[in-house]
Amino acid sequence: MGLRNFFDRIEPQFLKGGRYEKFFPVYEMVESFIYTPKTVTTAAPHARSYIDMKRIMTYVVIATIPCILFGMYNTGLQTNMAIAEYGASGWRAAIIETLGIGFDPNNPFANIMHGLLYFLPIYIVTLVAGGIFEVIFAVVRGHEVNEGFLVTSMLYTLIVPATTPLWQVALGIIFGVVIGKEVFGGTGKNFLNPALVGRAFLYFAYPAYMSGESVWTPVDGFSGATALAISASDGHATLPERGIEWMDAFIGTIQGSFGETSTLAAMIGLAFLLIVKIANWRLIVGCMAGMIAFSSLLNWIGSDSNPMFAMPWYWHFVLGGYAFGLAFMVTEPVSASHTNMGRYIYGALIGFMVVMIRVINPAFPEGMMLAILFGNVFAPLIDYFVVQANIKRRAKRNV
Amino acid sequence: MAQTYRSQLVDPLVDNNPITLQVLGICSALAVTSSMQVAFVMALAVTMVTGFSSLFISMLRNQIPSSIRIIVQMVIIASLVILVDQLLKAYAYEISKTLSVFVGLIITNCIVMGRAEAFAMKNPPVASFIDGVGNGLGYGLLLLVVGFFRELFGAGSLFGVTILETVNNGGWYVPNGMLLLPPSAFFVIGLLIWGIRTWKPAQVEEREYKIQTVEAH
Repeated sequence: MGLRNFFDRIEPQFLKGGRYEKFFPVYEMVESFIYTPKTVTTAAPHARSYIDMKRIMTYVVIATIPCILFGMYNTGLQTNMAIAEYGASGWRAAIIETLGIGFDPNNPFANIMHGLLYFLPIYIVTLVAGGIFEVIFAVVRGHEVNEGFLVTSMLYTLIVPATTPLWQVALGIIFGVVIGKEVFGGTGKNFLNPALVGRAFLYFAYPAYMSGESVWTPVDGFSGATALAISASDGHATLPERGIEWMDAFIGTIQGSFGETSTLAAMIGLAFLLIVKIANWRLIVGCMAGMIAFSSLLNWIGSDSNPMFAMPWYWHFVLGGYAFGLAFMVTEPVSASHTNMGRYIYGALIGFMVVMIRVINPAFPEGMMLAILFGNVFAPLIDYFVVQANIKRRAKRNV
Repeated sequence: MAQTYRSQLVDPLVDNNPITLQVLGICSALAVTSSMQVAFVMALAVTMVTGFSSLFISMLRNQIPSSIRIIVQMVIIASLVILVDQLLKAYAYEISKTLSVFVGLIITNCIVMGRAEAFAMKNPPVASFIDGVGNGLGYGLLLLVVGFFRELFGAGSLFGVTILETVNNGGWYVPNGMLLLPPSAFFVIGLLIWGIRTWKPAQVEEREYKIQTVEAH
């Protein structure tokens, strides 16, 4: 293996005393990205397991593939449908025309290619801007750059609107990486989800680019509200009149950020994460139970002025970012609760907060992002009380 | 007195800043820093109050019975705050409307009470006055720095004068709306503390816990 020999030859230069000692994290990043990490646990206890950080992170990236593919398809589909009405412009349209692919919304390949032209620039900017800051911190602080950033950058790309200006994409991921993760000590010590921190930063800093009716589909003049925004103003019952059946929302051919529209794709990813045991099923149970219980309660209470009260849980489930957040963010092991009882509570808290924000707070039609960040903040506290309760219970055994 | 008047005045600016080191007076630093003009007036008001309250409390320090000292201090501080509030209403009415309740809330500013309790009760009047003014200036300096970042990047202007032409007015700068929200001052102050403690490592607090390292074999 020529590449392996190359790494072995240059490695001494990066080790302690070598010429490029300071840049060891960079070397380590490239080497462990390509080969299995060499480091093994040196101290007891020794438990044999096939799982390591690299594998966890890679599995999560694999799990997002359905969302990526469907996200590209849907972005292309929405764009091509709007182009039929408003006409095409910009460099992406020029590329599509040069390649002779065309703008037919009935042609899945044309849709995916068009979506790809929106996905790639955002993803590349995310990788470069966030990656630079990862490496700076790794070099200065002397920790390693790991595959966690691949997950963060992918999740982040999937939750921004396709029209986001690229400089905002860069600012958001830098904020997410630095404030959401590195100031607390890097991967594994971040109590907030870095991708969501970046997204929340953009949401509050540049609300005109992150919400409203014209940001979801990148065609000038086109305006399409998200299904949640329509439900908030007119009630979910009007959705089928506008061509959005429950099945459309489940499959995901609706307005929204890149990867969040498809409940189906998110559920495929979630199933994979559950099978490889990276996602904990208790979090899912908690989050679904909290959401279903509270939305049913609100259905029962009812309201004359707020149509969101009447939205049943199966609509909450398919609209907005609920399914995507449930699959990839509620289940994130670092920022969730760590005790089994705590996981139920943590999940339920998020499920409850989503409905709370969506229905009762008129300022935010979507609540998944804020609900998960809220849950993240409470996770350590929940764990504390669960542990204390256990200590008390066991202390009572021997009076 | 071990400290010179000069060091009393200069120390609280960076080395012993009431906000970044003692972490006092955070609430008003969040509330009044969205524009530099407001921050500047607030800084003046707080400097006035801390300076003179320390002076008067120090003058009375041997007459104040220890058991009711807090109440006496509060009476002095409250009178000064009312004075400042009336002055602002008379000569800077527009700004006093923007500052609204925060001038009145100088009474509850921990820096004022803190200097009165910690310094003015034990030291002669002139030293107390300088100490109060120094702390007020330290507070004001940080307010202005935070206000600088928040107004420049949040609204594209400084002291109300446009520096970066915003998109809405036909310019190129897209203002960062988050910086106009009070919580953003947490980020700005946090980053400032990070910067100052990198510059002056003596301010870094001792860890509350020790990370145990496992010896590699």
